[in-house]
Amino acid sequence: MKKVKKAFAAAFPHTIPIFTGFWFLGLTYGIYMNVSGFSFWYPMLMSATIFAGSMEFVTCNLLLGAFNPLQAFVMTLMINARHLFYGISMLDKFRGTGWKKFYLIFGMCDETFSINYTAKVPENVDRGWFMFAVTFLNQCYWVLGATLGGIFGSFLHFNTEGLDFVMTAMFVVIFMEQWLKDRDHISALLGLGLSLLCLIAFGADNFIIPSMLGILGVLTLLRGKLEEREEAVQS
Amino acid sequence: MTLTQQIITIAVVVLGTMLTRFLPFLLFPAGKPTPKYIQYLGKVLPAAVFGMLIIYCLKNVSVFSGSHALPELISIAVVVALHLWKRQMLLSIAGGTVLYMLLVQFVF
Repeated sequence: MKKVKKAFAAAFPHTIPIFTGFWFLGLTYGIYMNVSGFSFWYPMLMSATIFAGSMEFVTCNLLLGAFNPLQAFVMTLMINARHLFYGISMLDKFRGTGWKKFYLIFGMCDETFSINYTAKVPENVDRGWFMFAVTFLNQCYWVLGATLGGIFGSFLHFNTEGLDFVMTAMFVVIFMEQWLKDRDHISALLGLGLSLLCLIAFGADNFIIPSMLGILGVLTLLRGKLEEREEAVQS
Repeated sequence: MTLTQQIITIAVVVLGTMLTRFLPFLLFPAGKPTPKYIQYLGKVLPAAVFGMLIIYCLKNVSVFSGSHALPELISIAVVVALHLWKRQMLLSIAGGTVLYMLLVQFVF
């Protein structure tokens, strides 16, 4: 029990930006569902089971359209394909976490992945429980925000314009932390550059898949070179 | 849509999402050694993914209309500067966000 408490105490500060962002985005999502004519049960259950922000907004549109499960499935795979990259990066980090591994994979959204990948877990804190706490806290913020938005959505009136920037700011900081840790910045620059190119070429709704393919392709081509450099630095 | 059709639609979305999250772990189970190529990707991908996520957050910002992406660019520059200066994650994030809110609410 002490182990769990310690992990939650260590994890909480890392989740504060997400606390802000998820409450806001979750509320927005709940309100969006509310004004689209769904009761709060929908945002509550969907935020708990899907737990992938952008996909939940899309699902709202799917529910308003004609019944087409195959289309829904293909769209889900395309929008969430980036999770494949997270999984590949986490193969080693999730090792040895026991039954918690199932939940860690289930709850691996953008923000949770970013924290669990970059956070330095203190030596006296159990790594598995730390990642579990990050995942669980983030999911709580999101589900509570979405549910409250669904219930009180139509009564909210305060100027929160721009608060959603908290997510952008968080990813910028995480990108910088990774940058300061890495000796080689080719991959970081590729991620920024190729995604920007694809955004210009394919537009906001279709650029993720081409970006992923581009990043994968170029990193594969550069494998020999990058590994050689890594070894040169190490020896 | 009927309630049953709604439930099926939501279930399909859950299934698709979980497939994208679980697939790497199913393909490369912990007991067996992970192929060298996948290990390499696991090492170099995150930096690129974080870059992609920044662009993903900014995907609906327009350079040619409205405020010409100025609030975003200014706020990101401040986040970077704050972080290089103090390297306090929460300070950099809060500073940039408050500035952005002030900019979009009162300046642009």
